[in-house]
Amino acid sequence: MPRNKNIKKVLVIGSGPIIIGQAAEFDYAGTQACRSLREEGIEVVLVNSNPATIMTDKDIADHVYIEPLNVASVTQIIEMERPDSILPTLGGQTGLNLAMALDEAGVLKKYNVKLLGCSAESIRKAEDRQGFKDTMESIGQPLVTSKVVRNVDDALAFADQIGLPVVVRPAYTLGGTGGGIAYTRAELSEICSNGLRLSRIGEVLIERCISGWKEIEYEVIRDGAGNVITVCNMENVDPVGVHTGDSIVVAPSQTLADKEYQMLRTAALNIITALGIEGGCNVQFALKPDSFEYAVIEVNPRVSRSSALASKATGYPIAKVTAKIALGYTLDEIKNSVTGKTTACFEPALDYCVVKIPKWPFDKFITASHKLGTQMKATGEVMAIDNSFQGALMKAVRSLEQHVNSLGLPSLKPLTDEQIRGRLELIDDQRLFVIAEALRRGIAPEEINAVTKIDLWFIDRIKDIVDMEERIKKEPLTCDLLHLAKEYGFTDNYIGSLRGIPGTEVKALRNQMNIHASFKMVDTCAAEFDAETPYYYSTYDDFSESQCEDIPKKVLVLGSGPIRIGQGIEFDFCSVHSVWSLKKLGCYTIIVNNNPETVSTDFDVADKLYFEPLTAEDVQNIVELEKPWGAVVQFGGQTAIKLTQALTDMGVRILGTDAEGVDAAEDREKFDEILRQTHIEKAEAGSCFTAEEAREIAKRIGYPVLVRPSYVLGGQGMEICYDDDDINNYMGIINMYSQEHPILVDKYLMGQELEIDAVCDGEDILIPGIMEHIERAGIHSGDSISVYPPVKISKEHQAVIADYSKRLATALHVIGLVNIQFVIHEGKVYVIEVNPRSSRTIPYISKVTGVPIIELATRVMLGEKLKDLGYGTGLYPEAEYYAVKMPVFSFSKLEDADTTLGPQMKSTGEVLGIDKDFNQALLKAFKGANLELPDKGSRILITVKDADKPEIVPIAKEMESLRMHIYCTHGTYEYLQNHGVRCERVNSIREGSPSVLDLIEIGMFDMIINTPGKNRAHTTDGFKIRKAATERSIPVITAIDTAKAILRAREKGRSPQLRAVDLTTINQKVR
Amino acid sequence: MKATLLLENGMAFTGTSMGSTKTSVCEMVFNTSMVGYQEILTDPSYAGQGIVMTYPLIGNYGVNSQDNQSRNAWAAAMIVRRQSSRGSNFRCEDTLDNFLKKYDITGICGVDTRAITRILRDQGTMNGMITTEENFDRDEAMRLIRAYQVTGTVERTTRDHIQVYPGERKRVAFLDLGAKEEMIRMLQKRGCCVTVYPAHTPAETILAGNYDGIMLSNGPGNPADNPGIIAEIRRLYASDIPIFAVCLGHQLMALATGAKTGKLKYGHRGANHPVKDLATGRVYITSQNHGYMVEADSVDPAIAEISHVNVNDGTVEGLRYKKKKIFTVQFHPEACPGPRDTEYLFNQFMELMEED
Repeated sequence: MPRNKNIKKVLVIGSGPIIIGQAAEFDYAGTQACRSLREEGIEVVLVNSNPATIMTDKDIADHVYIEPLNVASVTQIIEMERPDSILPTLGGQTGLNLAMALDEAGVLKKYNVKLLGCSAESIRKAEDRQGFKDTMESIGQPLVTSKVVRNVDDALAFADQIGLPVVVRPAYTLGGTGGGIAYTRAELSEICSNGLRLSRIGEVLIERCISGWKEIEYEVIRDGAGNVITVCNMENVDPVGVHTGDSIVVAPSQTLADKEYQMLRTAALNIITALGIEGGCNVQFALKPDSFEYAVIEVNPRVSRSSALASKATGYPIAKVTAKIALGYTLDEIKNSVTGKTTACFEPALDYCVVKIPKWPFDKFITASHKLGTQMKATGEVMAIDNSFQGALMKAVRSLEQHVNSLGLPSLKPLTDEQIRGRLELIDDQRLFVIAEALRRGIAPEEINAVTKIDLWFIDRIKDIVDMEERIKKEPLTCDLLHLAKEYGFTDNYIGSLRGIPGTEVKALRNQMNIHASFKMVDTCAAEFDAETPYYYSTYDDFSESQCEDIPKKVLVLGSGPIRIGQGIEFDFCSVHSVWSLKKLGCYTIIVNNNPETVSTDFDVADKLYFEPLTAEDVQNIVELEKPWGAVVQFGGQTAIKLTQALTDMGVRILGTDAEGVDAAEDREKFDEILRQTHIEKAEAGSCFTAEEAREIAKRIGYPVLVRPSYVLGGQGMEICYDDDDINNYMGIINMYSQEHPILVDKYLMGQELEIDAVCDGEDILIPGIMEHIERAGIHSGDSISVYPPVKISKEHQAVIADYSKRLATALHVIGLVNIQFVIHEGKVYVIEVNPRSSRTIPYISKVTGVPIIELATRVMLGEKLKDLGYGTGLYPEAEYYAVKMPVFSFSKLEDADTTLGPQMKSTGEVLGIDKDFNQALLKAFKGANLELPDKGSRILITVKDADKPEIVPIAKEMESLRMHIYCTHGTYEYLQNHGVRCERVNSIREGSPSVLDLIEIGMFDMIINTPGKNRAHTTDGFKIRKAATERSIPVITAIDTAKAILRAREKGRSPQLRAVDLTTINQKVR
Repeated sequence: MKATLLLENGMAFTGTSMGSTKTSVCEMVFNTSMVGYQEILTDPSYAGQGIVMTYPLIGNYGVNSQDNQSRNAWAAAMIVRRQSSRGSNFRCEDTLDNFLKKYDITGICGVDTRAITRILRDQGTMNGMITTEENFDRDEAMRLIRAYQVTGTVERTTRDHIQVYPGERKRVAFLDLGAKEEMIRMLQKRGCCVTVYPAHTPAETILAGNYDGIMLSNGPGNPADNPGIIAEIRRLYASDIPIFAVCLGHQLMALATGAKTGKLKYGHRGANHPVKDLATGRVYITSQNHGYMVEADSVDPAIAEISHVNVNDGTVEGLRYKKKKIFTVQFHPEACPGPRDTEYLFNQFMELMEED
């Protein structure tokens, strides 16, 4: 079927802010789809509230709306743009749900907008519990047997029918609170009655226990003619019980024979056919390890995280093909862009093994439970490719950037064998390392398999790695042994550390023995056809397929690795834009990255893609082959910056700020020298390695102090310390890993925080804009609400900031981007820190000002001068629109995480509100972040620390005047009463029932304002209140300034009609 | 133990021996299936051939006694990147290594299978040798390699006696040209009583059985090497009995009716080949294993029409014979290994027989 010519204008819905469970994969899918639609001459309208995405670039769509993803705002966009169709399957669950809501609200019918890719009926069949059950039954596909019960007797009767053990899942409790697995009738009675008590609606689901079954996924695609194929299947190393997003996943499946493989493949094809989906779809199965019995766990009738992984694992562009199918093409009419010869109607054949490992945020949430279960906790993931599982696993482990480049975790070493056996029972983020340690202790693979249910094949491969460690320690390093160690993914440094020699010696030995990395191509077809894609991975086989083309301006661009808190999708935005700019400037681009969710690892972004870990050794393999003319490190976050020195040592020219400049910004003494030269003030500070030194500095400059390691991003490990105990605690934690770089101790200055992003060519600087933070200093910039252009900063201060920025950037010899953070304390401007690299605010500032920041930075890196580039120098004129960047958090996914904001960044994503009016922009941002603003009659719980009590009074008074009801625990109650605010007192936890927790539990409050004191322990009332509120999805505000902003948006932002803004038009106005 | 793979183009690869240690000279082909090595090894169509598995991790799920596709393992050699020391699967009974030893199949692992595949793809299928001898005479080896030809394989792999698989519904005569058991199972599953005949059974013997239908199986080697069988098939064609033929059977029926066959540069071997049914426009993913094909322009439109084509290279994948109840396909609807998307063809065969 040729393309449907009636489709002319398509609305694409993005997935909104990055949250746990919805990360960069939808930017990758959406961007690919938009490009694919425009290739066909379709006019594309894009809506996404997330400004850090590539899809919201004006180059990607014809009309771009960074607006809240809700029915009201999208209806308005439909009204303005009048698209004929909507493509809902590329924006994750958010996009799908929104499309359904638009359908149900009658908006699609009213404006005659068609759903592409799947009908509302298909979505209902897949998403509605009963609809899905009926559909599966009609085609004979087994589901996990389950029943909703309201009393213990029914639970027991049902368990008798399906057999024990059973899983008990209380309805509406977070993270499965109150649920569990019952192995006996007695246990079932107990768990069930407990669960019934905890469930808000007195219901529990009794489900057949399939934990321990193999979890297998199939990515399938179907076209309008009914042709249907599987792109890839994947096997979770972690059996059923762990969310697939939190599982180590391997592609293709490793432990299935043809019988099981085809059985499940056929089932997947039958399911997508029965659901009538046109496009990509993900089907998850549980397969009993000792029979052919299986059950369908879940179907996602859309592109997903798994489809992004499958696309990168196979080279098959699922989102692109999905978009073409939506336009009416059949699979055999779509070209396979990898081979350039065959069509999209085939199934990729892999001749390598792919391993994905999740990246968890537990380094940021030290208190959060590390247990893995059915609630996903990872923020991102890494992928590695090799022709052995061992090699791919080891590459993936070092791609995580967790201070380990092997399966050895120092913290497990001191444990006894019995403790290790105990740890095997625990399903958490360290299980892989525990298994390796257990094997080192001589615990048999069979025993590990019996406990973990992880297939013996995977455990055997981990044992291969552990055995190799022993061989390297004991045997002579022969050519065969060293070769095999390299095949198994052992780095030179790790081999060296096992033998007690430096890694450089191993490398020298390797050179002598002629053992070198070679690069193979990902070609979708296992070499059956000659392929055109320049997509490579390393192996230690003899024949390398990647050739070093003799091209003059060959530039290596280093990506930013897995999405984590503090280093998110914005760095992929920067990397991709720098590649595009470099290409425009005639350079040949080579990208290195390991994140399968991103646009940068799409094989048609750079001229060549190496899917490799971002470590010095892995990058060196590429450098030795490619001999690049230069390398770009400033766009890939700290991951890339960390490699600056190593690249310099390899003799690679760093384009932009060099290693010396980077070091001068990070090294305390060198930086202080720069400040002296430039006559700029910063808070008193010092740097140290030990707790004793830290206490000395604090004593000298006075508490409170801000402590943090150098060379980190996102405030990792940053704390405010109020006394010596705090410092001791902090240094204890931070020094668990040996620190290469010193710890910085700064005097903590309370005040107005602001930041700038700028481009510097060594002489001149261009500052596209100043951003002011709503929350005062002390809250990480990534977690603050940020406003452009500034509202509160005087022109004089702005001029000082522009001047300081230029002085600092030129003194540091910045060539390219620089991000500088300032605080205005008692009327005086201090510099907090200077980062000679891209920052998380670049995407939104580029979009709202219309200044192509990355392109300008790329041009100056290649030697052009700002004054020739047409955007002037100094502070760029303010845009006529306000842009408010609002952080978005994923606390509800992380059991026991403290939601209090502080110097350590905790948000996973962001949304933007854009409007000509600041208050309306603020309101849009709150709406985009899905915050329900309080209204007349709203019940607000206020419980704040003593220091905040004076400031809460006017807020409470305003709430009172807005006829909101205020509730307080005793301290705040008394203070407010004494200051003339009418409020009601509620019992604190120890004052007994009904306590504040009981009231939260029954949904008494609409919003909670809780500012925590110094004590952050789990035992405090504050922590318990925040945890309970998070579990009940009640917004908790932990900073006074945020509360003020909410009232402001509520009061002044309301207007009869918020107007959606097409970003492609505002940029033109600015010019 | 070290082993060497020497190719007809003179390139040598050193790896580790697995399975039998005897020297094996054979025709080297590659297969892109990611699972199904046991079915592949026991598929008689691979008689005389050394199979390069492009998927690098082989032996993961071991071997069992249920998945064999015939009474023997016919492949002459197996070439893999890595083999698993033991298999892990609930049906696993033994390791791949022991399986190869049991059937005396020479194997080599630890060689760059992707590089070998690229050579076969670029230069075409060629012969080769695997040996564990350290100091073999290279000139002599090259002479043996160049002289090697896959011959007499149908005779080797077919049954030497008639065998009856009971069933109630339709009576099917099944000509074993080196058949995979799964084809017989497919018919049995549909209630057929299947009488399996050795390859050289005269047509009149089969026709005398008064069957509801005839099935011609897959099999090894160059189809044109079987003039005797082709002559008998011409007689089967002349009858009015419904006939369904697969792979070698499909090629022999084409030869029997005046079409020609030719050799593909490197064959189609894998589980991901898209085939288009020209009548409906639907594309199916098929399991394939053939080095020869029916030449499209040699098919007389008066005798047969092309019913299926390969989406990748446009080669003939199926023929429907005019004024006959005969249809034949190049691919493997019985799967094992591979997708089962075209199993419906067995239903079509049943329908043809029902019509009578």
